[in-house]
Amino acid sequence: MKRTMTSFAALAVAMLGTSALAQDPVELRMMWYSDGVEGEVMQDLLDRFEAENPDIDVVLDNVAYQVIQEQLPIQLASGQGPDIARVTNLKEQAVHWLDLRPHVADAAYWDENFGNRFDWMREDGSDAIPGFLTQLTMVGGFANKTLFDQAGVEMPGADGTWDDWVNAAEEVRQSQGTTAAFAIDRSGHRISGPNASFGANYIGEDGMPAPIDDGTMAFVEKLVNWTTEGKQLPDVWVSAAGTTYRSGADDFINAQIPFLYSGSWQVANLSTKIGDAFDWVAIGSPCGPAGCSGLAGGAALVGIKYTEHPEEVARVMDYLGSEPVVREFSERTLFLPAHAGIVETGGLNFQSDDPNVPPALDRFVQASGETLPLADKLPAWKWANAYYGALVSRVSQAMAGEITLDEARMLMDEDIADVVANAQ
Amino acid sequence: MSRVSQFIFRRRGGSGWHWTDIVTWVWLIGGTILMFGPALWLVSSSLKGPAQLAEFPPTLLPYTQITMPVEGFDNPLPLYTVTNEDGTTEVLAEIRRVGTNAQMVDPDAPEDRINVNIANREPLREIGFATDNYVQPLVTNDFLRFLWNSVFVTTMATLITLLTNSMAAFALSKYDFRGRDAVMLIIVGTLMVPLSVILVPLYSVVSATGLLNSLWGVILPTVATPTGVFLLRQYMLTIPDELLEAARMDHASEWQIYWRIVLPLAAPALAVLAIFSVVWRWNDFLWPLIVLSQRETYTLQVGLNTYAGELNVQWHYILAMTVVTMIPVVIVFIFLQRFITTGIAGAGIK
Amino acid sequence: MAAISKSLGTVVTVPLAWLARIIDYPLRWWQIRTGQGGMAAVFLFPNLAIFGVFVIVPLVLNFLYSTTSGTDIFLPDRTFVGLDQYQRLLSCDDYTRRITCREDQFWTAAGNTLAFVIFQVATMVAVSLITALILNRNIAGRGFFRAVFFFPVLLSPVVVGLIWRWILQRQGLLNLIMVNLGMEPEVWLNDRAYAFTATIGVSVWAHMGFYTLILLAGLQAIPKDLYEAADMDGTPPARVFWRITLPLLGPNLAVVLVLALIKGVQIFDEVYVLTGGGPGTSTLYLTQYIYEVGFASILRNPGLAAAASILMGLVLVVLTLIQLWLSGRKEKAGKR
Repeated sequence: MKRTMTSFAALAVAMLGTSALAQDPVELRMMWYSDGVEGEVMQDLLDRFEAENPDIDVVLDNVAYQVIQEQLPIQLASGQGPDIARVTNLKEQAVHWLDLRPHVADAAYWDENFGNRFDWMREDGSDAIPGFLTQLTMVGGFANKTLFDQAGVEMPGADGTWDDWVNAAEEVRQSQGTTAAFAIDRSGHRISGPNASFGANYIGEDGMPAPIDDGTMAFVEKLVNWTTEGKQLPDVWVSAAGTTYRSGADDFINAQIPFLYSGSWQVANLSTKIGDAFDWVAIGSPCGPAGCSGLAGGAALVGIKYTEHPEEVARVMDYLGSEPVVREFSERTLFLPAHAGIVETGGLNFQSDDPNVPPALDRFVQASGETLPLADKLPAWKWANAYYGALVSRVSQAMAGEITLDEARMLMDEDIADVVANAQ
Repeated sequence: MSRVSQFIFRRRGGSGWHWTDIVTWVWLIGGTILMFGPALWLVSSSLKGPAQLAEFPPTLLPYTQITMPVEGFDNPLPLYTVTNEDGTTEVLAEIRRVGTNAQMVDPDAPEDRINVNIANREPLREIGFATDNYVQPLVTNDFLRFLWNSVFVTTMATLITLLTNSMAAFALSKYDFRGRDAVMLIIVGTLMVPLSVILVPLYSVVSATGLLNSLWGVILPTVATPTGVFLLRQYMLTIPDELLEAARMDHASEWQIYWRIVLPLAAPALAVLAIFSVVWRWNDFLWPLIVLSQRETYTLQVGLNTYAGELNVQWHYILAMTVVTMIPVVIVFIFLQRFITTGIAGAGIK
Repeated sequence: MAAISKSLGTVVTVPLAWLARIIDYPLRWWQIRTGQGGMAAVFLFPNLAIFGVFVIVPLVLNFLYSTTSGTDIFLPDRTFVGLDQYQRLLSCDDYTRRITCREDQFWTAAGNTLAFVIFQVATMVAVSLITALILNRNIAGRGFFRAVFFFPVLLSPVVVGLIWRWILQRQGLLNLIMVNLGMEPEVWLNDRAYAFTATIGVSVWAHMGFYTLILLAGLQAIPKDLYEAADMDGTPPARVFWRITLPLLGPNLAVVLVLALIKGVQIFDEVYVLTGGGPGTSTLYLTQYIYEVGFASILRNPGLAAAASILMGLVLVVLTLIQLWLSGRKEKAGKR
């Protein structure tokens, strides 16, 4: 009993001591969503940051992606929100991001290493430092090498067209009895690279959306036909309405499709879920008449303008954006880094025993050099989401046989015009 | 024994089976399977590993691959049933797979390596539970915090619902005042507005009152349920006014009449409302998801949803956590089912 | 066990009783000053205050939103456009062809909701009535079975949607059964007719227990001697059902109809999780349309969503009034 009393007393003294010594730490809230293990990695990094900076306490709020997408914008519109957030809707909400330029320790470091992507997340003409991309994503395809080998089908080479790939995958399907030949994620973003490869242009001369052109329709028509013929797995696109995102990754993981068109962010997911069940390779983007384009994208960590502690936010961002931390984050999450210095020096030691992973990540790095001019402009274009949304909802209606392709084209133009009209 | 069977197969009377007896039992047994079966399937799925969840065709029960320690290898090796060219089968352990070939060994003779085409092998599996689906989220998440928040929201919301709704119902059923019908009409009319269509205005109200990221922001908008007022009023209408008059003769105050006479008499209806309120608030999802975005305020339903990412949904965790949130509901069901079913029948509609 | 619950009861009730006694003093004073009318206000106040702030104010705001345009969330930032949003929802070049409408998906959703409500309410009433009739029979384990059908009512809509998605999807239980019976598996949710049927079936599954209990209460309130008399007269059972059971069940049936109708039009969570509105737009119902247009989409348009929700509310009020009027007339006819 006596001993407990003394230890209590010691504890109380200790607590009094610390609170007397240090001011209450500044609490920062970071809103974060996870597709895989990145939340745990970030928590690790933040723990380390807090140990070095006892005057700052960063609370990591893990949320569903739905919250980032639906609820955060409303918070921001009312001048509220967390201090730091991981977001994907970079351009349209750019007005809410905090300009870190006056607060960061070394603005030149930021410009040098992250500067080429700042336009994705700031208003046109601004020179702000809004934050940095936690990962760069690159759209591209994956093939189940084991299934191709078993079927004795040769994979199309580096200049393989979309037709080549779909036909090869169809051969595999017939030989191996898989459910379908391929799937593309249900997303307007995902099919915009292929659209560009077929000569599409979304952006009018005045920077406003151009009408849907023949290039877009060329790929969309192919996609719709492939779906109605059963070559594309219908579950992914047909079985939802509106702009809901659906991925074909689970069916690829289960070897129900030999070919998946998704993106670099799937590498970690495929590696953990496929394990040793089969070999898979990243194949970049198949070609169209105009090129073999994927589309870059990414999630960014940004400071929020409405924070009461911009200095502390900048210190956290300085830490998380520093080269060793970015390097470690990428190595542990298997994400492509968006840090120019790291990309240049390379030598990332990705933490995975899976022999499929390093070549796949290399292939995506290579693919990011193969994008067409339209694909390079889209991430920094204000109306990209209007285009993506119209594409998804109308193309899947056409796949379901509800409307014809011509009607889909007309309705997409109307949808985009409505969005523009409502936003002005 | 014959008494038992006589009891179980008690029929329409007379001898032999009337066709309605057959229909009755087919309906009841089929209904039982249909009502419980789906939930059991969810439980079974929640115990499957992520790879097995994507499997087609699925298996009824969760399986894990059998592994076995083999001499000369550090880790246990997975076992496969291999079909030889002559059609015989044997059990081999796999060392590694290269392309379409697997290097395997006989566990009893680990020296000889055997090359097998992967089309000729089937994993050897046994029933096993992927308990990691449960353990992982419960350990890494602030599960207890979420549980406490859920319990707090459910309890407070139910208490406030019972108090405010019963007071309003008392006024609407036992007093005659101007505008009573109008109040009643407004309350019933709002039955027709689902929350999901007024999200934006409701959000701005909650934001303006400073209740964002507070559990009260979840509690308050839900407590003034029109259903509760309606249900209690219908029940209180059946309480004879003479009782109230007698109490007034004895100089009881109106508050005492409400508290000491009407509330105890309305107990069956209050119980039904309490059970519903508990279940509703426990299950609430969309609204808490919108109001709560700071970890320490998450309820269970919001917490489990953090496994839905932008590009990947971690279904194995979501299914497991769904089962966890179902547990209290199932407990309510098991212990209070008699109470609920007779209560609704007795109180709900008179 | 009993002792615990008893002492627990004391812990809760004793402070409550004290609290109630303390409240009584100011209220007594108030009652003397204002009389019964004042007390009615006191009893109504807490509920109406919460109700006013969190239900009525948002409803009024919702109406104001419907007269504005823009992507801003806060009303003062938005542009007043009068009835433009309503006009946009309702205008079509050719009313026989849905895709010529400016908001073709609104019309799709409205049409789908209408079809859903008709089939769902009919199925719901039929299934609940049959179940109630069966449970009203003198069978063993009646209490148990009564509870069985009530179980899904306690599940959250999200869980209901999830459960059935896990049964109906490609890797689902239903396909497992099909394969074991030697039939070809089917992707149920990719087929328009199956998916539509599934949304009806699942919502009936989830809610029939509640309606069954309401109908069962009605059945048990029918005096037994009526049946005995009919039995003595040798009336055929079908005639007994149409002449005695159904008319006397009238009020309960009316309640079931109104509630099922209101809940049917509002269908959302289960379907959103189950089919997401697909395949195509064949299970896109009004509430999902409003939710997506006004809230979920990156390109949200709260004004349009508000206008759509008000149109939906108007239809509901009209339907309910018709229903109440019909049942009221029937009751009067019955009394006469």
